[in-house]
Amino acid sequence: MHAHGMPWVRRLTLGRRFVIGLPFAWLTVFFLAPFFILLYISLVDMGRDIHPFKPLWDSQAGVLRLKVENYLSIFRAEAGGPLFETVYVSAYLRSIGYAFATAFLCLVLGYPFAYFIARSQPGVRPALLMMVMLPFWTSFLLRVYAWKGILADQGVVNQLLMWCHITTEPVQMLYTSVSMLVGMTYVYLPFMVLPLYATLVKLDLRLLEAAKDLGASPWNAFWLVTVPLSKAGIVAGFMLVFIPAVGEFVIPSLLGGPENLMVGRVVWDEMFTSNNWPRASALAVSMIALVVVPLALYYRHLGNAAQPIADGRAADLDPSPKGVT
Amino acid sequence: MQRFFQQKLGAVWLTTIFLFLYLPLLFMVVFSFNSTRQDAVFTGFSWRWYEALGRDTKIVEGFWLSLQIASVTGVLSAVLGTFAAFVLVRYHRFWGRAVFSGMVNAPLVMPEVVIGLSLLLLMVGVQNAVGWPERGLLTIILGHTLLGLAYAMVVVQSRLMEFDRALEEAAMDLGARPLQVFFLVTLPQIAQAIVAAFLLSFTLSFDDVVISEFLSGPGVNTLPQVIFGYARRGINPTIYAAASLLIAAVSLGVVAYSVWVARDARKRARDTQIDRTATKLP
Repeated sequence: MHAHGMPWVRRLTLGRRFVIGLPFAWLTVFFLAPFFILLYISLVDMGRDIHPFKPLWDSQAGVLRLKVENYLSIFRAEAGGPLFETVYVSAYLRSIGYAFATAFLCLVLGYPFAYFIARSQPGVRPALLMMVMLPFWTSFLLRVYAWKGILADQGVVNQLLMWCHITTEPVQMLYTSVSMLVGMTYVYLPFMVLPLYATLVKLDLRLLEAAKDLGASPWNAFWLVTVPLSKAGIVAGFMLVFIPAVGEFVIPSLLGGPENLMVGRVVWDEMFTSNNWPRASALAVSMIALVVVPLALYYRHLGNAAQPIADGRAADLDPSPKGVT
Repeated sequence: MQRFFQQKLGAVWLTTIFLFLYLPLLFMVVFSFNSTRQDAVFTGFSWRWYEALGRDTKIVEGFWLSLQIASVTGVLSAVLGTFAAFVLVRYHRFWGRAVFSGMVNAPLVMPEVVIGLSLLLLMVGVQNAVGWPERGLLTIILGHTLLGLAYAMVVVQSRLMEFDRALEEAAMDLGARPLQVFFLVTLPQIAQAIVAAFLLSFTLSFDDVVISEFLSGPGVNTLPQVIFGYARRGINPTIYAAASLLIAAVSLGVVAYSVWVARDARKRARDTQIDRTATKLP
């Protein structure tokens, strides 16, 4: 090409290298390297005193000290003991259970919500979406904290219940699974609503008319046309809620009781309370392996269905009412 | 009849969920003006919690620290995120693209605890090896930027994908150099997304507890860390006062931003209108 004669073409490839190289190097140092360090420490023996872990290569004995027990002990407390009956397994199961329940509640509350926003007058949609996003932009921590006051024994909800004579004495909601689920559903609801809205608003209304002309009741048309066509949004919303909910750290600390221990907190305790770095690392690695990887694979399997997730993310995050048609 | 029913149901459902979404905010604003510590009964109006807020040195110091961290994080994330978005949208063939794409997207789905822990292990390792960096401001910024970069990338990427490259080609044909094309054509078109990316990563950083808890050192506490510490101990209306100020600031910010975006959109619509009429001329 004649353009090769121009001096800026060389600079173009240089510029290209810079544009690729800068974020690539950044992520290699701050994402990839820490991940391999995590993996490494999860495989070594716990150290003593000021050394939190021993090196994998024992230079004195000249042998490799691979400590797979860090992983095995997650599933079995002691050799020969019962399998899967450890505090870690139950924390994992509890985390997955709460994340699943949260995603389900968000779907039940969020689907009609997104549906009605998508069916509202086009003129008011930007304002409604803005109203969904506004709490999202104020501190997540403070909004969770507010629930602590609302759900307390002497809190607003209990006062209201007693005033209505539904109960005579306060019902304990705080530090139970009720407060956990309220808090988690509250925080993650916008993550469900926005991708659902993004698919529902694009739905071709003529398909519903066609269903009606062919004799479907509105209820049947909804279940047979609208819901299947919004499947991509449902999957996207479900993942956007489920994945961060599994590793949730703040909400269980503020709204959960000691029996609502989730895996995020367990990792923290192993690291800072027990000072067992290899165990904490092994727990973190298995969290990635058990939760993130299967979902990522499923995601890839869905192919183009993943697009609404990116759309939902962008819509979530972009404070401007764009993409609102 | 059916339509009427659907509209009523819609109105009821929307109102209920919006009440649910706004209840905690309303609750904190109301009880930040309460005259006593309890938060179930409004006993009288007072400014005492706002005064207590101003006197609380931990909160004030945490606020300035968080502001610094969030500003630097916002700028770093917006710049690196824009770079990353360009790479993903424009450069389809280069060595390690799959790895790159995975690394940019991974922080979006990685639990924050895992990000915090792995970065802590890196920082401790580096500190043991070269005696630097001390855990604190810098390490928190680096941690927040990892997350901010990923979110900034998503925002800029979605704008870049709908960008009409014919504009750049036209500028090239008219003799503009690559850097000129970027600064005169591309950047003005994606500026709004970059601002959004900055705001987003600023907010994420200003709000983050988990990564800060892992990466902060002794005596270094961001505002969310201070609040988290108070919150675990029990009810403290000073936090409601802080929350109310934040709600006011965010509402103002969001309104101002959306006015700016709407004006920008109108201007762009007008410009394309002019383009269209111009091309129709003989």
